Amino acid sequence: MRALRFGYVTGPVLGALWIFVIATTVAVTMSFVTGAPFRPSLAWSALWGVLAGAAALYGSVSAIAVAVVLGAIGIVGFGPIQSMDTGMIAAVIGHGAVGIFGLLGLRLILKECPAGALSRHEFEEAVIRFLTGFGYIFFTAIVLIPFYVMVMTSLKNQAELLQNPLDFTIDLSKGAGLFRSYVELFADFNFGTYLLNSFVISVATVVITLLFSIPGAYAVARLRFRGRASFSRSILLIYMVPMIVLALPIYIAFSMTGLRNSILGIVMIYPVTTIPVALYMLQGYFRGLPGEVEEAGLMDGLSRLAVIWKITLPLSLPALASVSLYVFMIAWNEFLLAFMLLDDPSKFTLTRGIASLNSSEIPRQHLMAGAVIATVPIMALFLGLERFMTKGLTAGSVKG
Amino acid sequence: MGVNGTTPLARREARLAWGLLAPTLISVALVVILPLLAIFWISFKPVGLADLRPPAPILREAVRGSGDKLRIEYRLRNSSQDRPIADVVLTDMLPPMVDLKGDPPKPCTLSGRTLTCDFGTIEGGYNERLRIPITASDEDAAEEAAEGSDPVVTGTASSVLTDATFTLENFKRIFEGAEFWTVLGVTVFYTVFGTLGALIVGLFAAMLLNKSFKGQGILRGLYLFPYVAPVIAVAFSWLILFDPFSGSANALLVQMGVTNQAINFFGDRPLALVMVTTFEIWRYFPLSFLFILARMQSIDTEMYEAADMDGASPFQKFWYLSLPQLLGILSVLFLLRFIWTFNKFDDIFLLTGGNAGTRTLTVNVYEQAFAVSNIGAGAAVAVVIFCCLLVFSFFFFRFISQEEGL
Repeated sequence: MRALRFGYVTGPVLGALWIFVIATTVAVTMSFVTGAPFRPSLAWSALWGVLAGAAALYGSVSAIAVAVVLGAIGIVGFGPIQSMDTGMIAAVIGHGAVGIFGLLGLRLILKECPAGALSRHEFEEAVIRFLTGFGYIFFTAIVLIPFYVMVMTSLKNQAELLQNPLDFTIDLSKGAGLFRSYVELFADFNFGTYLLNSFVISVATVVITLLFSIPGAYAVARLRFRGRASFSRSILLIYMVPMIVLALPIYIAFSMTGLRNSILGIVMIYPVTTIPVALYMLQGYFRGLPGEVEEAGLMDGLSRLAVIWKITLPLSLPALASVSLYVFMIAWNEFLLAFMLLDDPSKFTLTRGIASLNSSEIPRQHLMAGAVIATVPIMALFLGLERFMTKGLTAGSVKG
Repeated sequence: MGVNGTTPLARREARLAWGLLAPTLISVALVVILPLLAIFWISFKPVGLADLRPPAPILREAVRGSGDKLRIEYRLRNSSQDRPIADVVLTDMLPPMVDLKGDPPKPCTLSGRTLTCDFGTIEGGYNERLRIPITASDEDAAEEAAEGSDPVVTGTASSVLTDATFTLENFKRIFEGAEFWTVLGVTVFYTVFGTLGALIVGLFAAMLLNKSFKGQGILRGLYLFPYVAPVIAVAFSWLILFDPFSGSANALLVQMGVTNQAINFFGDRPLALVMVTTFEIWRYFPLSFLFILARMQSIDTEMYEAADMDGASPFQKFWYLSLPQLLGILSVLFLLRFIWTFNKFDDIFLLTGGNAGTRTLTVNVYEQAFAVSNIGAGAAVAVVIFCCLLVFSFFFFRFISQEEGL
């Protein structure tokens, strides 16, 4: 370790690693965006990276010079990424990006690092900045790529996809024709009904869950009764029962009573899977509310139920929003029970409908369009109300 | 005032509490406790998918032949191959234009125009024709009239779900052979690596975002996407991304020169399990990231300032200051995620269907109950899962009572 702690060692080593990271990132991005063949070269990346790392130690001017050299040498064909027969514009953008982001990143990573001996502090800071940069790129890539593929696939057609699976460019001249899969899903595959079913079921689940869990949570949080401690604990136990274990007897019972294949049956089951979570989240919140306000209400002659309705609930609107959002998400995304209990296409939820698209006869842009239809509403809700959502997720130590 | 309901006021409070909890308790009892008991019951029963309907007598009526040979044929069948039906009685109204030729044959009697046939008990797999010779002036009209009046057949049968036959066959079946141990091994691999992976990746992501900068909120929202999106949407996206023939991942790897031929990510034996575990890590790192970040942000900053004064390096600060503070939440997350990963069904079911060496215990429940149509064996696997969970929860509660943070 000690041998590494010199600017002229740390700089080139981090430089080589960073340039390779950037080369891979740019190559993958360019391939996904243009469909043209870009590939990172380990040997050239290492070579140029060592040079770039060293140059970044000696101020902005030398860094800018190396960035220009990197871009130029890339176009000639000896840069950190190799581009074979791509268009000139794509090549300039690709190699330019390697030069700019490579050196910009290195300047940030090696900020305040002298060329000579480094203190342990300076050395570790540099390594941490490298890891941070890598982390941002890595996480953004792994999160975005599947969603990018999902959206882009839904806008293309089977033949184009088979020809070059990397070519996600969209032919904008098709105009509204781009959305053909979506139109077909709504026109021929009943997705309008599924969307409505999913929405109705999710809203009903939220309402029933709140109706059941608010009084229960209040009782656990505020009232004294024998068995309160063990009760609030056994709520957690219910989280731990796997759905598939319950699904089997529920399937049998519903088959025998004719509740299978009905939205009513689904609405009877979904809330019970969410009530324990909601109860646990709400009782935590209720506990944190000041008890004095409620006592004042009781003194003024309000009954307990009136106190809950007039004092506790208005005070806990943010918590109710979190819980509702979270429950809505669970119900909207639920797959297992819908898959097992629903066979009749007119009663399908979105998730069940998408599962029915998974066959070799249905082109996969339809499958992906279905996935987008299911994802967009929940994402919109989530992004709009992210603050409540993250709070809700952390508040209840919630199940997955 | 006593807590244990000694005074009238306290007793009233307790009554109100139970009243408020009653809806939750009843619904949970119906949908969680009852099915759990049912699973134990079913696991000792020889039940197949077909046995969910109790055996019933099935009857078809037809008028056959002509002139001298004219007859009503009743074909009676037991829907079950092996279970008897008791007190099977057939009743039918003879239409006015039809007359019996002589007395009705054996189990049948005629009173007025009502034909009654008492078959008693019919065995499993029973399938017989009963011919009743008739005469009629207009044969076509008779045929129509006779077939127009639906015969009624009744019988009582016990369902295998409710009678007193028990068997250990289900458990013998699932423990038999090497398959069970393979499934258990896959489950352990998936659970341990899925849980640890999600924790470590989540810890890394939390460290990245544990500083305020422009766009921190956006990145935090973005990193939660995998968890918030419907599992079916992301699972199918992964399948399409990693498709062996036309997947972008393969095309990318070939183009980058990493591999020469397409890799069947979700179809080859050890790789499929690794991919399924990777998917689990990808999907659930946001959850651990969120909890760890929340804990990190509540750590006192004074401590770090003091450490800075003492000249501690960043890694030292992480190792000696942050990590001990995070140990509590990390262990609670580990236990919770361990249990939930163990319970996970949808992800593997959608990605591989349990093929290519990815069948975990939960997928095995589905496989036994629906693919092999043996509900009893499926229930037996479910019982095994439940017993494992009892052990886990025991550890969980012993630990959480000390931790009490969550």
